[in-house]
Amino acid sequence: MIFITIGTQEPFDRLIKAMDEIAGLYKNKEFVAQVSNTNYVSNNLKTVEFLEPAEFEKLFNEAELIVSHAGMGSIISALTKRKPILVVPRLMKYREHRNEHQLATAKKMEQLGYIRVAYDTDELKDKVMEILKLEAVEPLRNLGNYASVELLESLRLDAINVK
Amino acid sequence: MKVLAVASAGGHWIQLLRLTKAFEGNEIIYISTKMGFKTMVGDNEYHIIQDSNRKNKLGLLKTFMQVIKLVKSIKPSIIITTGAAPGLMCIVAGRILGIKTVWVDSIANVEELSMSGKIASKIAHIIYTQWPELATGKIKYRGSILS
Repeated sequence: MIFITIGTQEPFDRLIKAMDEIAGLYKNKEFVAQVSNTNYVSNNLKTVEFLEPAEFEKLFNEAELIVSHAGMGSIISALTKRKPILVVPRLMKYREHRNEHQLATAKKMEQLGYIRVAYDTDELKDKVMEILKLEAVEPLRNLGNYASVELLESLRLDAINVK
Repeated sequence: MKVLAVASAGGHWIQLLRLTKAFEGNEIIYISTKMGFKTMVGDNEYHIIQDSNRKNKLGLLKTFMQVIKLVKSIKPSIIITTGAAPGLMCIVAGRILGIKTVWVDSIANVEELSMSGKIASKIAHIIYTQWPELATGKIKYRGSILS
């Protein structure tokens, strides 16, 4: 199963539409998409609205690949659950976000070797097809459940030093 | 000691949950914007507030009144937040009520601090960025939620 998630904010129909078309090429594979406020009617995706944490986790765990917007929630969830993730940044020019920070996040996280990124829907199609050809898809990196020791220690001291 | 940990739904919340291990052994009280998140904090106290953003000024005001009341009744020793608008409101409430406040800017802000973070950097006692390039005298870098 491929799980597509666009986070909790605005619609991201460009991604949903592109994934719907890709799903049409894989009749034997299930594609589940978490959508919000969408006007687009999918032909090949099974769509769900905002999910409670338990349902979200279940879909995440069952997925062989996560396709998502460049939100850190989705990225961190994938990396901690050891799931490969392909990210498409929301762009301001399509009014998918109020600024261009998803593009910057995607570039940075790609450059640091954490995630795969598709910068447009053509690249998305190529990358999904390339990944699904593989016998097994591996995540590029894994994360533990907590922040870096240095940050935790610094915060612990901040709390101790409350006067 | 009571620690108040605040974040709006989505990436802010996921990041907050990776930080609160720092306060193990203390009472941690959470605030976010989705009821379902209660299941993610075990036995810790959890409060929900209405989500709001800059587009809806009346919504912001309503949330702020809710936040002030809540922070007043919880009386934490320290407030930590990863944003966004509701987190900033808790920082403001904390400052008004004389509580120590810590802002950890979201890791999603790689080129500059978030809008809320820029405001928070003028108000919060302590402010962290998660990218070394964005650190200044006041804005500290001590690693990130990636680990």
